[in-house]
Amino acid sequence: MTTIARPRPRAAGHARGRQVKRWSARLAWTVLVWVAAIAFFLPVLWMVLTAFKPETAAYSYPPKFTFSPTLSEFRTVFSRGIGPYLENSVFATLVSTVLVLLLALPASYALSISPVGKWRDSLFFFISTKMLPIVAAIVPIYIVARDVHLLDNVYALVLLYAGMNLPIAVWMLRSFMLEVPGEVLEAARIDGAGLFREITRVIMPIIMPGIAASALICIIFAWNEFFFAVNLTSTVAATMPVFLVGFITSEGLFWAQLSAAATVASVPIIIIGWIAQKQLVRGLSMGALK
Amino acid sequence: MTVVEQVARRTHRARRITPSAPPARRRWARRLPLLPALIYMIVITQIPFIVTLWYSLQNWNLTSNAKAKFTGLSNYASVFTNANYRSSLLVSVEMTAVAVIVSMLLAVALALLLNQKVLGRGFARTLLITPFLIMPVASALLWKTTMLDPTYGLVNWLLSPFGVHHVAWLSSHPLGSIIAVLIWRWTPFMTLIVLAGLQGQPLDVLEAARVDGAGAFVIFRRMIFPHLRPYIELGTLLGSIYIVNTFDEVYSMTQGGPGTSTTNMPYYLYEQAFQAYNIGGAAALGVITVIIVMIIASFALRLIASVFRFEEAVG
Amino acid sequence: MAIRRSRGLGVAGVLTVASLAAAACGGGAGGSGGGSGSHTVTVAVVANPDITQMEQLIGTFEKENPGITVKFDTLPENQERSEIQKDISTSGGLYDVVMISNYETPIWAKNGWLDDLSSKFIASDASYDAGDLLPPIAKSLSYQSDLYSVPFYGESSMLYYRTSMLKAAGITMPEHPTWAQVAAAAAKLNQPGKVAGICLRGENGWGENLATLDTVINTYGGSWYNTAWQPQLTSPATAAAVNFYVNMVRKDGESGAANDGFTELLTLYEQSKCAMWYDSTVAASSLSAVPSVFNDTSYAFAPVDKTSSSGWLYTWSLGIPKDSANQTDAWKFVSWATSKGYLNLVGQKLGWAQVPPGSRTSTYQNPNYQKAASAFASITLNSINSVDQATAIVPKVPYVGIQFVDIPQFEDLGTSVSNQISGAIAGSESVSQALTASQADAVPVGQQQK
Repeated sequence: MTTIARPRPRAAGHARGRQVKRWSARLAWTVLVWVAAIAFFLPVLWMVLTAFKPETAAYSYPPKFTFSPTLSEFRTVFSRGIGPYLENSVFATLVSTVLVLLLALPASYALSISPVGKWRDSLFFFISTKMLPIVAAIVPIYIVARDVHLLDNVYALVLLYAGMNLPIAVWMLRSFMLEVPGEVLEAARIDGAGLFREITRVIMPIIMPGIAASALICIIFAWNEFFFAVNLTSTVAATMPVFLVGFITSEGLFWAQLSAAATVASVPIIIIGWIAQKQLVRGLSMGALK
Repeated sequence: MTVVEQVARRTHRARRITPSAPPARRRWARRLPLLPALIYMIVITQIPFIVTLWYSLQNWNLTSNAKAKFTGLSNYASVFTNANYRSSLLVSVEMTAVAVIVSMLLAVALALLLNQKVLGRGFARTLLITPFLIMPVASALLWKTTMLDPTYGLVNWLLSPFGVHHVAWLSSHPLGSIIAVLIWRWTPFMTLIVLAGLQGQPLDVLEAARVDGAGAFVIFRRMIFPHLRPYIELGTLLGSIYIVNTFDEVYSMTQGGPGTSTTNMPYYLYEQAFQAYNIGGAAALGVITVIIVMIIASFALRLIASVFRFEEAVG
Repeated sequence: MAIRRSRGLGVAGVLTVASLAAAACGGGAGGSGGGSGSHTVTVAVVANPDITQMEQLIGTFEKENPGITVKFDTLPENQERSEIQKDISTSGGLYDVVMISNYETPIWAKNGWLDDLSSKFIASDASYDAGDLLPPIAKSLSYQSDLYSVPFYGESSMLYYRTSMLKAAGITMPEHPTWAQVAAAAAKLNQPGKVAGICLRGENGWGENLATLDTVINTYGGSWYNTAWQPQLTSPATAAAVNFYVNMVRKDGESGAANDGFTELLTLYEQSKCAMWYDSTVAASSLSAVPSVFNDTSYAFAPVDKTSSSGWLYTWSLGIPKDSANQTDAWKFVSWATSKGYLNLVGQKLGWAQVPPGSRTSTYQNPNYQKAASAFASITLNSINSVDQATAIVPKVPYVGIQFVDIPQFEDLGTSVSNQISGAIAGSESVSQALTASQADAVPVGQQQK
């Protein structure tokens, strides 16, 4: 829309008017986009700013934008022994995501490229499990976890997070696979490639952006998961969200400290998300429904 | 196109590839890659469900040391006379519907904006998607405290030029506040999906239409929207699935109050399980909820079945 | 259509490889679930400053008891409660020590979930000196006159007020005020948008708004149940008390009261947004960290109406679940954390005003503590020691508890009633609607008690 592709015989003045109009439109769009972006980002910015404030400055009206920044809240957060929580979060997130991909890739193959008879029912089954109220099942899950000795064990989280993310991954990957051109697959099969080779050598390279996008979605949801983590772990397998709520103290000023803990807990995913956002859009636009 | 036709088409394509394999064996060979994921999901969702079913027939309360007693369907009988449960369903419906619709409208608008050639587009998009990345427990707590606090909150300060002073958002507009936070968190996700859709649309076609004198609204209505529709449906579906299960925000911001104004279905189940410790009753509620959700879901899935039609038509 | 080979491939590849690598080598990171050795004591605690202090000082304990490691599971109050209830009732065995209160202790003792500390440990541990524990606190943690948990700190309730603000308004607050006097003062002191006449809890939760409201109900002559376990929440006395409380907080209380609990009010009071504040006695220690406010604060006993005293009684205490595989080490920790020695350690290392209050008589005889906490030590001690249910609740009642009803169903009943109250405070329903709904919830609970 920057250039006029097919100029038509029009009065010069008219064309200039259009040009001006277009520029002012562009300015208006820019302002709008930035207003929206800042509005959505403001709470995040405020979290980070508050994290660098002394507690008393966090509780002030009008809110303070200038203050002498301090690292003391971050020091408190790190002195609480963040290490094990961080390790557990990384472990549960990454291993569950790998597990999801290992299960979802062949499954989505069987739902798209070489579909099973009732692929539609299977797909509905996967997505319908996302609608189950987890809360209703937490006591049974707790009892089952106790009986198989997975209480306060990070593998319980791995298994549950995989179950939580698998439907979405299957769904996404399936739509990506529908994009793989039939001729490519046929060529591979004529060359005698087995299922494993077909998936790893032919399909995966083509849908890599889609896989990355799916993995990213899984990572975000697994990292941020709170309910299972707080109910099924105590000291050994607790993850970052559990660490975070430990800062909701019942006495005294705690906003700055909470903000610092929230910043620390969210930063890894924010960075990964920022780096991979193009990937995400590409992935989604490549597959999802086209 | 009907489902049968679609499947037939697919099957036909597959048959061309492996013409000689006997049908039964081929069917199983085809099912094989699906089985691990299918079995995994069945195990991980159905075992707890069966246990839940079993508990729903028991009188078992964690506050007493009495053993669980089999009581038949009495837990179910009390679900149907439970006004609080009905009200929690209504709250869930309102919360989900408003949050999803507003998020989606915003998402379409934002995606259209972000698809324009504006200054610093990439950076603006980066800022815009961040709410989706923040840990929900963290953001809910920060909204409750640093943003919406009646005395020190940033929101009241920002709105003070407009005559808003020291509004106690969480007590005067509890459900609205939670919905606002949900919109803040889910709009970025939906924007990404819609944006992906927009970027898949060839620009030259739109440009040609524009040059031919079509107005912006007509272009949107006739060309952009039909192309975006499946993406909008996907975003709506995913958004609904996640928002209907909203727990972290309610738990961290209002604990279901004041009154029962923000007690949605997941939070009500939570109260039954972890405040009443009424495991039998909570299980019965859970089973009923699953049934309700399944009924709604099957309708919803049929409605968005156009997603599938669309992709089949192209593929 | 063209195959999109992408730059993205690199990123995606890195992601996958990184995950696989982590999966391969990360097994040790969290897989050690069952491996908590026999010398790890796992403690479930609520997040508050006194606990944070203990976490800081735990090194001293571990040094004195080589081979024992203490691990804390620190959670917000509601979460901690549900975690341990779930664990202890299903014999999950996650915790060796649990932090509970005088609400849970007798109920759980009766259920056989807790160790009888008196007979099992204290009888053979002369150095513990259980006789030093404040009598009302110790009594509230006993079942059949044996202790089933021991206090980490204890509290009653009292009225805080800003000396200068009351002076400026020409108000003199008696040491034992009535609610009528307090309400009159609140009306005079209230400056909307600047300073609330009185700050009161409105947040839902049986430990939040019901704690303060119940003491008002008691002193107005109301109660939860009569001796036949019929709920009394719509009785004239109870209704009068609730109307009084809700009207006062709506008229002269802080704005947004329906979302204010102890934490929020402490903040408001510390920021000079409250002229008066009726709340827990433990707030005094926290206030001492803000000298400008602390030095301008005076204290009065919990306001009354028909009774002579009306403070509540609450304590966070440590108990040992019967399923703990680590009983001996657990007691070593519990006895250390609730000992005179620990209180001294806090005083020496972190300052005497920081000593957890309301647990031991000896604390109040310690000259260092008397000096540091002179402003509030005696009123705290007297408030706690004057708590007596027989005089605090006017009618005869079938239950134990001042600001709660000590039955297992109360956590649920109390939460739903507190929800109704916060709805009334927010103005989304009337007091009579709230009480009618509460009464209906209370009926089946009452029937279960017979």
